[in-house]
Amino acid sequence: MLATGGASQVEGAGGGGLATWAMITGYGSRDGIGANTHFTYVGLSDFSLKSYGFAIGLHDRLELSYARQAFDTEDAGITLGLGQNFKFNQDIYGIKLRLVGDAVHDQDTWLPQISVGVQHKRADRGQVIRLIGGRSDRGTDFYAAASKLFLSESLLVNATLRATKANQFGLLGFGGDRENGYSATYEASAAYLLNKHLALGAEYRTKPDNLSFARENAAYSLFASVFPNKHISMTLAYVDLGDIALHPDQRGIYASLQAGF
Amino acid sequence: MYDAMSKAVLVVAVFVVAVMVNFRPAPALAGDTLYTALGGNEGIVRLVDKATEEFLADPRISNTFADTNIARFKEKLAEQFCELSGGPCVYSGQDMHAAHKGLKLRSRDFSALVENLQVAMGKCDIPFSTQNKLLALLAPMHRDVVTQ
Ligand code: HEM
Repeated sequence: MLATGGASQVEGAGGGGLATWAMITGYGSRDGIGANTHFTYVGLSDFSLKSYGFAIGLHDRLELSYARQAFDTEDAGITLGLGQNFKFNQDIYGIKLRLVGDAVHDQDTWLPQISVGVQHKRADRGQVIRLIGGRSDRGTDFYAAASKLFLSESLLVNATLRATKANQFGLLGFGGDRENGYSATYEASAAYLLNKHLALGAEYRTKPDNLSFARENAAYSLFASVFPNKHISMTLAYVDLGDIALHPDQRGIYASLQAGF
Repeated sequence: MYDAMSKAVLVVAVFVVAVMVNFRPAPALAGDTLYTALGGNEGIVRLVDKATEEFLADPRISNTFADTNIARFKEKLAEQFCELSGGPCVYSGQDMHAAHKGLKLRSRDFSALVENLQVAMGKCDIPFSTQNKLLALLAPMHRDVVTQ
């Protein structure tokens, strides 16, 4: 009933672009294995981000995911004293467990599908991270996600609560000189299914603000997703990640290609 | 903080507008139910015919219907769609668990059947939002129909 068997968010877990969903990758099939790969490019005013990865869903119960992100400082690397095109990379290992509910089939109750998950992140620029006030190059996020398809309204809604120390998703490390504990952040998203092949939606995600050298803001996106068939999806979005590393108003395009079964 | 709030409001506003632009109110006929949106009894019989054609032509599930009395199946399915959508019928077939338990159906069989039904609704020119209203009534039957 959903147009695709899976979509991945920027950290590799089943979800939209920025927001994590409670759905398990390959949720079309409760009796087997589903998989999804993604390649995502985000072009911002002063930076760019590439992400690729995959997710495997087991019996609509457990999801394992991996993503690698490369954040390119482009010309801003020079002014930041890091060098042109200096890159921050990060590996993200995720696991998600569906606790209750069936977002797609339970159309006769208000109960959403609820899942919990963990994302372990390893950034590669420990020295720079400590120089800018970050406390660690490794961190672990914990989240609970609720998703519900309101099929009679053709509307998919998600909300996620996350405990995280990550600076800019973890690319700039974890914890900081301003705040070193876990912050509670949230993600909200909604998508309207226009037809079998097209969905329009919006996402919003708050982030911690741990580093005193540069402010960090919430992120949002407005997206259109196209599903030519069950196995392929493409998402094009306008994304605003706020200020990043002293560079204000980082906006641009988000483009993601996904393939799965 | 104020900045974040105003952005959130903007996102929601744009989204609401997008939904409204695409919202086509159904014609305000007397008895404005899903039943009328599906074309009444005639529309439902046509849909059930088309859908059954699709089921029987799909190698993933056609075998399940090998021993089925197709005329009875169509009659009961039409009756059920009529009742569910608010039409003047009373479903007289078996309950969903009893009708399917011997078939040992898996979730993927259910998905395949739904896909075929969507194709059939498309061929009957039933608008996407109306299709989803019918599917919303059928989706919970996954619980009773899928036993493996
Ligand atoms: C929401 C989903 C479904 C609905 C609403 C539905 C509806 C019905 C109805 C009304 C009947 C007639 C019961 C009777 O004869 O008293 C029936 C029988 C049958 N259904 Fe389904 N069904 C669903 C899912 C499926 C699926 C997924 C399959 C297989 C892929 C399937 C295969 C059959 C077969 C083979 C029969 C005939 C059984 C027999 O010969 O006794 N159904 N179904």
